[in-house]
Amino acid sequence: MKIVVCIKQVPDTTEIKLDPVTGTLIRDGVPSIMNPDDKGGLEFALQLKDKYGAHVTVITMGPPQAEAILREAYAMGVDRAILLSDRKFAGADTLATSNTIAGALRSLEYDLIITGRQAIDGDTAQVGPQIAEHLDLPQVTYVEDLSFDGNKTFSVKKSTEEGYQIVEVEAPCVLTALASGVKPRYMSVRGIVEAYNKEIENWNFSNISVDEKKLGLNGSPTRVFKSFTKGVKAAGQVYEVEPNEAVDIIINKLKEKFII
Amino acid sequence: MDFSLSKQQELFLQMIREFAEKEVKPLAAEVDESERFPMETVEKMAKLGIMGIPFPTELGGAGGNNQLYTMAVEELSRACATTGVIVSAHTSLCCAPIMEHGTNEQRAKYLPKLCSGEWIGAFGLTEPNAGTDASAQQTMAVKEGDHYVLNGTKIFITNAAYAHVYIIMAMTDKSKGTKGISAFIVERDFPGFSIGKKEKKMGIRGSATCELIMENCIVPAENLLGQEGKGFSIAMKTLDGGRIGIASQALGIAQGAMDETVKYVKERKQFGKAIGQFQNTQFQLADLQTKIEAARLLVRKAAYKKDMKLPYSADAAMAKLFAAETAMEMTTKAVQFHGGYGYTREYPVERMMRDAKITEIYEGTSEVQRMVIAANLLK
Repeated sequence: MKIVVCIKQVPDTTEIKLDPVTGTLIRDGVPSIMNPDDKGGLEFALQLKDKYGAHVTVITMGPPQAEAILREAYAMGVDRAILLSDRKFAGADTLATSNTIAGALRSLEYDLIITGRQAIDGDTAQVGPQIAEHLDLPQVTYVEDLSFDGNKTFSVKKSTEEGYQIVEVEAPCVLTALASGVKPRYMSVRGIVEAYNKEIENWNFSNISVDEKKLGLNGSPTRVFKSFTKGVKAAGQVYEVEPNEAVDIIINKLKEKFII
Repeated sequence: MDFSLSKQQELFLQMIREFAEKEVKPLAAEVDESERFPMETVEKMAKLGIMGIPFPTELGGAGGNNQLYTMAVEELSRACATTGVIVSAHTSLCCAPIMEHGTNEQRAKYLPKLCSGEWIGAFGLTEPNAGTDASAQQTMAVKEGDHYVLNGTKIFITNAAYAHVYIIMAMTDKSKGTKGISAFIVERDFPGFSIGKKEKKMGIRGSATCELIMENCIVPAENLLGQEGKGFSIAMKTLDGGRIGIASQALGIAQGAMDETVKYVKERKQFGKAIGQFQNTQFQLADLQTKIEAARLLVRKAAYKKDMKLPYSADAAMAKLFAAETAMEMTTKAVQFHGGYGYTREYPVERMMRDAKITEIYEGTSEVQRMVIAANLLK
């Protein structure tokens, strides 16, 4: 089985602070991370690799520094990494982005394409479904869990507003993954040591067969007419405990902060 | 001279910090309170290659180096000093001497299982009457045909109850003094080998510190590590490496206490403002952070010199001396900054203060480090 996982480097939004004077986001010094939903998708792919011996490729579109998440993916256990980078790709909205990535995917072999549901810096959830449309593939979005019959069929747990659905889908197909469904593995020490000796394939416009008009700013019909910042909440902590224990934890936390 | 981290080191820190924060820190208080060896953490570390960081991949290691290893012990100890010393004793005191002094057969037999974490390692030098004066060994090893017979007791052995392999020092020729000491690789299943009483300790309470008892313990002759009579030299070289690990542990404890203190002084209000706004707080924290950073540079330098195969004995001693004393000062002051709360087990700083103390004692007391540093100066 050949799996391609599309990943994106994003600012760690839990670390973003607001400029108290202008009210805008301060991006300086904010660490860049692999988008959490994409990392969840990558974990699904690596679990399939562990169980069925798949070959996993990661691909990202971004500036040269996006290489960092490809190295991270190598350290987690992927087999091949591609960086799609070209000035012609710059300024892309979701449509131009999905055109670019679909163009690259046409040059790759795949049985399964996995993307994250959405990126935490844009929250559109559009790129994965658009890729499926460009490639005329069946898609299942909001995937929380999946299993494989070892042949051609995936059984997928798809999260919905009311609960979830179990859907079957045949390869080749596109799945968009939720970070909440899976705990991504840590990079291994050996993986980290070897990650910087592995090849990152640099692909540009010449590697994809897409009309230049469909790429970058030219290929982006979206126009931003207003932008505003929303309040940023600190990262919470999740405890999965019995109600009695939960009460103690909450009271201790309140005491710790000198609220009570 | 380049003080910046390489991209590989940054990636490693990203992993080990996340691991320590999510897998190690949540257990730290409970491991301390119940004096429990955190086996589940060891299993997780084993899976990621943390039990064999600086050893070659051909022998089952992760192919890293001592710089990555020290970063791992620092970050683990920042969350839980027990976890830090489990890795340090295993790596520096058991795997390293087999790597550095073992035959190819010994390496091939033991390192893959140790580096994969399937087996845990320990080291036995200290005896009831041989502490800082390690030359006063009473454990005897007598060669009989194709094996040695060991008799004696080792005390204060980190990882003892959970280890499978022990590097044991014993006298093969008492008349030769330190030149009569030899080192052996002893497996826990060897006949005549047993684990004695478990110590009840002030700190690092999860680390399973016990006695080792050898009563006519049969050790195959091929398990002699290095040559007969070289045991003391092997032990001293092993401790040079171990000190880098303990210095990293001390550094991690100090940083962990600083993290807790910074968080606390920003939140705690007295006299109408956060206590972090008082200049007394600020000046003390500034001095402590300066010491922590200096300790970090000493640790990194010692690890670098070991990686480069340069002499590093005095560097390791300076790193351990300074990091341990910084850890003790930082944690004591952390408790003071926390006031009454700091004296309770609701906050981690009292545990850190208890954990810090051992770093001034084991693998050579601070006095021994001063002896090593001075001897190097005056030679």
